[in-house]
Amino acid sequence: MPQMSMIEAIRSAMDVKMGLDDDVVVYGEDVGYFGGVFRCTAGLQKKYGTNRVFDSPINECGIVGTAVGMAAYGLRPCVEIQFADYIYPAYDQIVSEAARIRYRSNKDFTCPITIRTPCGGGIFGGQTHSQSPESLFTHVSGIKTVIPSNPYDAKGLLISAIEDDDPVIFFEPKRLYNGPFDGHHDRPATNWSKHPLGDVPEGHYTVPIGKASVFSEGNDVTIVTYGTMVYVAEAAKKETGIDAEIIDLRTLSPLDVDTIVASVEKTGRCMVLHEATQTSGFGAELAAQVQERCFYHLEAPVVRVAGWDTPYPHAQEWDYFPGPARVGRELTAMMEA
Amino acid sequence: MKDLASTMIRVLNRDGEAVGPWAEGLDDDVLLQGLRNMIRVRAYDERMMTLQRQGKTSFYMKCTGEEAIAVGFRAALSKGDMNFPTYRQQGLLLSTDYPVVDMICQILSNSRDPLKGRQLPIMYSSKEHGFFTISGNLGTQFIQAVGWAMASAIKGDTKIASGWIGDGSTAANDFHAALVNASVYRPPVVLNVVNNQWAISSFRGIAGGDHATFAERALGYDIPALRVDGNDYLAVYAASKWAVERARRGFGPTFIEWVTYRVAPHSTSDDPSQYRPKEESAAWPLGDPILRLKNHLIGRELWSEERQTQAETEYNDEIRAATKEAESYGVMGSGASPKDMFDDVYKEMPRHLREQRQKLGV
Repeated sequence: MPQMSMIEAIRSAMDVKMGLDDDVVVYGEDVGYFGGVFRCTAGLQKKYGTNRVFDSPINECGIVGTAVGMAAYGLRPCVEIQFADYIYPAYDQIVSEAARIRYRSNKDFTCPITIRTPCGGGIFGGQTHSQSPESLFTHVSGIKTVIPSNPYDAKGLLISAIEDDDPVIFFEPKRLYNGPFDGHHDRPATNWSKHPLGDVPEGHYTVPIGKASVFSEGNDVTIVTYGTMVYVAEAAKKETGIDAEIIDLRTLSPLDVDTIVASVEKTGRCMVLHEATQTSGFGAELAAQVQERCFYHLEAPVVRVAGWDTPYPHAQEWDYFPGPARVGRELTAMMEA
Repeated sequence: MKDLASTMIRVLNRDGEAVGPWAEGLDDDVLLQGLRNMIRVRAYDERMMTLQRQGKTSFYMKCTGEEAIAVGFRAALSKGDMNFPTYRQQGLLLSTDYPVVDMICQILSNSRDPLKGRQLPIMYSSKEHGFFTISGNLGTQFIQAVGWAMASAIKGDTKIASGWIGDGSTAANDFHAALVNASVYRPPVVLNVVNNQWAISSFRGIAGGDHATFAERALGYDIPALRVDGNDYLAVYAASKWAVERARRGFGPTFIEWVTYRVAPHSTSDDPSQYRPKEESAAWPLGDPILRLKNHLIGRELWSEERQTQAETEYNDEIRAATKEAESYGVMGSGASPKDMFDDVYKEMPRHLREQRQKLGV
């Protein structure tokens, strides 16, 4: 099986879908001729032409607004918002329009669009290239929110997203584009070519939306997480020697509650872990779900580990980022509770 | 043609005669049908207003004085074209064979409401009749129309889109998104600004409409722009036909500012006496579009006062009967099902919605 980085896997997903379905179009800022600032669409314009792969003006409201219109016509646009930090000008089109079209028209019109956007920190991007705004979307009924953590899932989930008949926000943890990242920023980077999850089939396959995966089995505590934090959790597990079960949610909405519940009932302890700011973050929903469904199995309070409630800083990135040392400390404290 | 964005295209003169370059080639049957459709729209508005006063619907919005624009524009479109309307283009639907009973059921949010009680009254939707689901967030549909037209072009189709927006909402981001995308991709779209002078209580100047015309804005994007007397049915139809044909033949977008006047309050929740002189609306600036077309057709002996009265009676009766039928399916949300609340959020209902529906016990 070919080895792919997450960038190549995402590109391959669009390539496969464009090859199979003439209604799939791809566009966004710098997406066409240049192939995207992260190169996710490199070569697609040459292969499929400027009619189906093209550059858009710097106007996120326009990128999503045109996609809503194209979907009403019958296309399946897969658009890129260059950084999740830039998605806010499109928020009205996503929340009030894309998410509501099926409902408000009694399915007379639908909105099968995919919005890809790189999220998360770890690249010294400062506050405008590092945010994790997923909870602003999981709060909205009518859209699905997906966030893969490896090349295999990224391709399978992106194909599922493009094939989905409802709008999907597809977050790409940019620090994982080239390799898994465990938060040890001072150690040499690894890349996907040596990793089993970098084995990605060339052709069409899907990973279902709405299904979590047990990334690493364990018996003493459940860590519910997603995106880059999957590898930080894995590092903390290794470094503390605590037998944690790590759940990679992959889809945040709709949430795979069963996988979480089964794990917490087994371990009796639960940490929810994400890079996004803590207050009203997706971890609050996860903690509430665990409390509602697993209260009598819990041996300790649910612990939230998340980004501090500050804007994402530049020079203080590694004080902000919930790295393996912080996660390890919280894990150790939980086990003593 | 840049002066067409600053002047005013008009066909009817003060004596009701069709004059000038835009008077050529207008079909008499289209004009007669246009008059009938406008009479129908006004009859519908009056009846729905009564329903609201009777407490049978929560909300209504009239288009009094602006009937010519939607009706005339619709006459220039073909089946398969798509409008992205605002809440004051009921004339687009009422000029088609869309069942008027269904429209009233939507207003009444009853058991036959095509939108199952989920939408505010007047937010119709009909793909089949080229009418995109209306949004209450003003302006969003303008850029969507451009996207729909881009899709048509991508597929090599000849169908066209038309976007609709009010003078007030030209201030919204979506307006500029629409213009820049229309400028870059040149898709087959007609971008309509209905300048009825008032955005609830704000006059057009609050949207920047006092120092340049709305049509002039399009010139900066190199989009051909027309400024048209929107109360002159002949001018509306002529300009619409020109812009629609231009789009269909692949010459790209056209921007049209329709100059008109909102005679009615913004909505049933609005009281214009708080912010504009009473005499202003009573004076019908630009004239009553129905009266102007009627006088033109009578002058040409294609129509008469008698036929006018007949048509008014005919449509009043039609709308009255349709209303009676619609009311039999319930009024003021009485026939809507709570179960419908949970459907169609997604194509397939996710677990959390199933659980919430069970909690409500429906």
